[in-house]
Amino acid sequence: MKAPSFAYAKPRSLAEAFDLAARPGAKLLAGGQSLIPALNLRLSSPELLVDITGLAGLSGIEILKGSVRVGALCTHTQIEQSADLRKHLPLVAEAVAHIAHPAIRNRGTLGGSLALADPAAELPACAVALEAVLTISSSRGERRVAAADFFKGLFETDLKPGEILAGAEFPKADKSVFLELARRQGDYAIVGLAGIARGSERRIAFFGIGAKPVLLKPKSLDEAKASLPTPVADLYHSASTKLHLARVLLERAWNRL
Amino acid sequence: MGKAELPLHAPGTQVDKGYIGQSVPRPNAQRLLQGRGAFTDDLRFPRLAHVAFFRSPYAHARIRKLSFENAVKSPGVIAVFDGPKVAEYCSPWVAVLAHLKGIKSPPQYAIAVDRACWQGEACAAVVAESRSQAEDAVQLIEAQWEELPVVVDMEESLRGDVVIHQDLKDNVCFKREHDTGGVDEVFASADVVVEETFHFGRHTGVCPEGRAIVADYNAAEHSLTVYHATQAPHMMQDIFSRHLNIPEANVRVIAKDIGGSYGIKVHVYADEMATAAISVILRRPVKFVADRLESFLSDIHAREHRARVRLACSKAGEILAFDLDDLTAIGPYSVYPRTSGIEGNQVVNLTGGPYKHQKYKARMHVVFTNKNVTCQYRAVGHPIAVALTEGIVDLAAQKLGMDPAEFRKINLVPDDAYPYTFPSGIKFEKLSHHKALDLLLRTMNYSQLRAEQSRLRNQKVYRGIGLAAMIEVTNPSPAFYGVGGARISAQDGATLRFEPTGMVTVMCSVTEQGQGTEGIFAQIAASAVGVSMDKVRVITGDTGVTPYGGGTWASRGAGIGGEAVLLAGRALRTNMLDVAAQILKLDKAELDIKDNNVINRLTSEPKLQLQELGRVAYFRPDTLPLDFQSELTVTRHYTPRQYGFTFTNGIQASLVEVDPDTGFVKLLKHWCVEDSGTVINPMLVDEQIRGGVVQGIGAALYEECLYGPDGQLLNGNMADYLVPMSGEMPDIVCAHIETPTLQSQLGAKGVGEAGTAGAPAAVMNAINDALAPLNARVTRMPFTPERILKALGKV
Amino acid sequence: MEQALNVTMTVNGAQVTRSIPARQHLVDFLRDELGLTGSHIGCEHGVCGACTLRVNGEIVRGCLMLAVQADGCRVDTIEGLSDSKELEKLQKAFHEKNALQCGFCTPGMLMAAQDLIRSKKKATREEIRAHISGNYCRCTGYQAIVDAIEEAING
Repeated sequence: MKAPSFAYAKPRSLAEAFDLAARPGAKLLAGGQSLIPALNLRLSSPELLVDITGLAGLSGIEILKGSVRVGALCTHTQIEQSADLRKHLPLVAEAVAHIAHPAIRNRGTLGGSLALADPAAELPACAVALEAVLTISSSRGERRVAAADFFKGLFETDLKPGEILAGAEFPKADKSVFLELARRQGDYAIVGLAGIARGSERRIAFFGIGAKPVLLKPKSLDEAKASLPTPVADLYHSASTKLHLARVLLERAWNRL
Repeated sequence: MGKAELPLHAPGTQVDKGYIGQSVPRPNAQRLLQGRGAFTDDLRFPRLAHVAFFRSPYAHARIRKLSFENAVKSPGVIAVFDGPKVAEYCSPWVAVLAHLKGIKSPPQYAIAVDRACWQGEACAAVVAESRSQAEDAVQLIEAQWEELPVVVDMEESLRGDVVIHQDLKDNVCFKREHDTGGVDEVFASADVVVEETFHFGRHTGVCPEGRAIVADYNAAEHSLTVYHATQAPHMMQDIFSRHLNIPEANVRVIAKDIGGSYGIKVHVYADEMATAAISVILRRPVKFVADRLESFLSDIHAREHRARVRLACSKAGEILAFDLDDLTAIGPYSVYPRTSGIEGNQVVNLTGGPYKHQKYKARMHVVFTNKNVTCQYRAVGHPIAVALTEGIVDLAAQKLGMDPAEFRKINLVPDDAYPYTFPSGIKFEKLSHHKALDLLLRTMNYSQLRAEQSRLRNQKVYRGIGLAAMIEVTNPSPAFYGVGGARISAQDGATLRFEPTGMVTVMCSVTEQGQGTEGIFAQIAASAVGVSMDKVRVITGDTGVTPYGGGTWASRGAGIGGEAVLLAGRALRTNMLDVAAQILKLDKAELDIKDNNVINRLTSEPKLQLQELGRVAYFRPDTLPLDFQSELTVTRHYTPRQYGFTFTNGIQASLVEVDPDTGFVKLLKHWCVEDSGTVINPMLVDEQIRGGVVQGIGAALYEECLYGPDGQLLNGNMADYLVPMSGEMPDIVCAHIETPTLQSQLGAKGVGEAGTAGAPAAVMNAINDALAPLNARVTRMPFTPERILKALGKV
Repeated sequence: MEQALNVTMTVNGAQVTRSIPARQHLVDFLRDELGLTGSHIGCEHGVCGACTLRVNGEIVRGCLMLAVQADGCRVDTIEGLSDSKELEKLQKAFHEKNALQCGFCTPGMLMAAQDLIRSKKKATREEIRAHISGNYCRCTGYQAIVDAIEEAING
């Protein structure tokens, strides 16, 4: 399947990028690991691809006192290989290892994953669990959005036309656990969870069971199991199966928090 | 008769086997390792046009109107064709064979005429300067459809409330009954009767290389050259000739490197026929490569069965009878020219295969549905027959409280019982079931695994061991297709040409898709002639160059093609010695050929280098006697005649661990003991078996073409259709027994499909063995976590 | 007429400049524009790995990268790495262990394997299996491939 035709531009400045991104039928292109397959499959026909990989200031991993700031253009491989990030934010380091395969992780970006908001994706759930704050840039300046408010629905985020996700700041956690069930290594998850403990608080964000990450803040394992909403079925797994698997993951995760 | 003329399996004689039996790396793998192969899509042609197809979005609909107005104006478009136009150049076909009594199917056109009968059927063709431009224009075709009732479910199809092809009166493509007699009586009086219904999910080949064809019509000569990723070039030559009305010898089919076929690429595809017709219409080369989405929609599917089986046995564990009711759903057409009735036919032939019971009854129906067409795919029917047989055998063993290996020992046909005729009518030359079972149990350390299983069960770790004994069809005679009227050759030929510098070129009608055909032919030719392997070159897959033959299918390459190469090699050696005798002025009986030299047969003293023989024979024949003519190119053919099919036997085992909380299955290890007669290259055979096993694992755990109630394929891409990848596959231990066939000098039987035939059964039995303490059992493939959780009562 | 963009990249050590449509992905560019047909197309949605090649020293899925995105980049294909002999040891191991049959997945598989070899000193069979878990092979049972990589990486 060959992609339909589209125009392509690679802005050299943020100002230029905002302008291009605001045009009708424009789509941002970073790693392209989700966008380009969609184009090849003719599931998407944008007028213009705006390649933002040449923009400065959107990369880098910064360890701060209570949090880790990751630029939107950081690739999954860069995140995976960062010893600092692994030390300070092990949840995210563990999660990225589950994303597809090395060749895809070399191109795929944090920003791309968060902006796409695939319901089976790992990083949105990590962002929600950790209470990450996302920085969004536009010609109007910068604004900050909490992860929980950023993910709105199925492939739906708070990003407006002309806006570019610049990065995310992930507050650190005391303990964390990342579990995913997939039929084969690198597959999209059937169900998965990103869980953290901060003090006495537990935050467990599920992916693969709803249109967006499902957050639980349970006091006990039983409460956690009972508060799971009815999942959305997929091609191979009924809602009942997903619910069962989610509960199994909760049992496996609980003692690690 | 000298040693050089004896069969390789001649008892009590040291036959010099040369390279035969050695694990020699394949010479033609070098170019593939460097990305310097020549797959059909790699080739370049002047004025090459590309075709993309407008495919039906509906599973069943009348084509009311097609409008090409906007499509023809799209940039780069050369032409747009509908079904009736292409039908002017390409006649339709009906896939029936005389020996499948009563089989019926409507005519199928290269591009659908009047009606689309499955989602994905090609209804128009766009030809453009590039594939991208062709796809752009496909989106501009406007169509008006009249939706027709869709038949998806096999039981529904059999009931026939909705008949897909009104002219045919019902949806039954083919049905068969078999009855030895006395079956009902046996079941009525048997101590133990077990019954089970197995379901097998429809799945498909997923060849790494998509189907590919470049058709190049030369109007000046009325000739057609087709570069075609096909397993059977001569078969396709005949078909292009007859359906495009071009004289046979004006059609040349060339199969270059092929990226996997497994049976998928041995069939006639409507879109490929359309591509050839379009080349004739446009008088220029036209290329079609099926992309991955198209592959899922239109490459043949296979193996959708519902099989109800009963087994009767005595309380001592002796199997007395099998009773089978099999229903299989194909697409809306039987596929040409081998028909879609063969898979079901095989299931009837092979059920119960390894065992010595005498009574057998079977009923089998093949029904049309509005899903993609189906046909022979690696191991054709064996995976079904072996799984339902070995599944019910395990159930019987379980009911009797008997170890499954013990139960099989009691019932496998004894190793000294041959030749043997099985209750379905098939004949075995000589098999080695007991030897194979013994070797398997020893190799896998069966008793130790059972002890470990028992220990782990106490810790709530659920491991399972599954066995699967099997028989396999190889080296078929004309009994498979020819007798039914198909112009499919069951014989093959090899031409060996001695070159002036002492090299040998082998041209053989069997083809290569990666299994190592060209490698083993080099081994055989070198051994037969007496040259070193580096002196041999092999050419296959070109109807303009090789003798006429059948190509690759039904595991026949080594046994049939190999035999032709061996015979030709030995004949060439004789002719070379004739020349040598003249040159040396010695008695031919004193000479032999070894390591690129003519030698003294007794002392091994080199007497003449082969390049010198070549120089004289080709450039200085004036120095030889007046009445002597060198004949240094030899052709021999071979047809298996004595047995309709040369059966092989094998037995596999799977070791799994099932997580009862998640339903996930971990494959810990797999074993395969196979008796395929003379093994020409153990290394090639091993990885063929392993590849087949992994394909079978795919069927057991991962692969299913999922259709919605409206006949829409729901998972036709590689993210949603799951194929086995390296992360989940076990190491697979292979062991061999060699019981040569006496029908040929080489003694080789086939082995390409063995792995696929037995693996689904072994894995299923292992899963059920693991679940046994939890009183759960699964019988619907693929065994997804959900199906296992359902069996466990957890969802 | 479709917009044509100029792209310059270094392919197998040689600089090339072409004018191409934006929508052409890198593998189609290499195959159709440069005649480097060693990189194969198996799915065009990034799952099978047949198109795996190296850009700026990292393996990528060639079907998931637009050729224009490779502007200014260093691209290495199977042909280049064969001629430079970088893959020689691995190719020899593949050949001797029969780690290929039809050869369609092989260039991508070699790229993925070489990536592992360059990044680690030693690897277990599990680690090898994990690293090539994104490369689809249908002919072999993966085992010979793992055997070959094990030999090449562990010596």
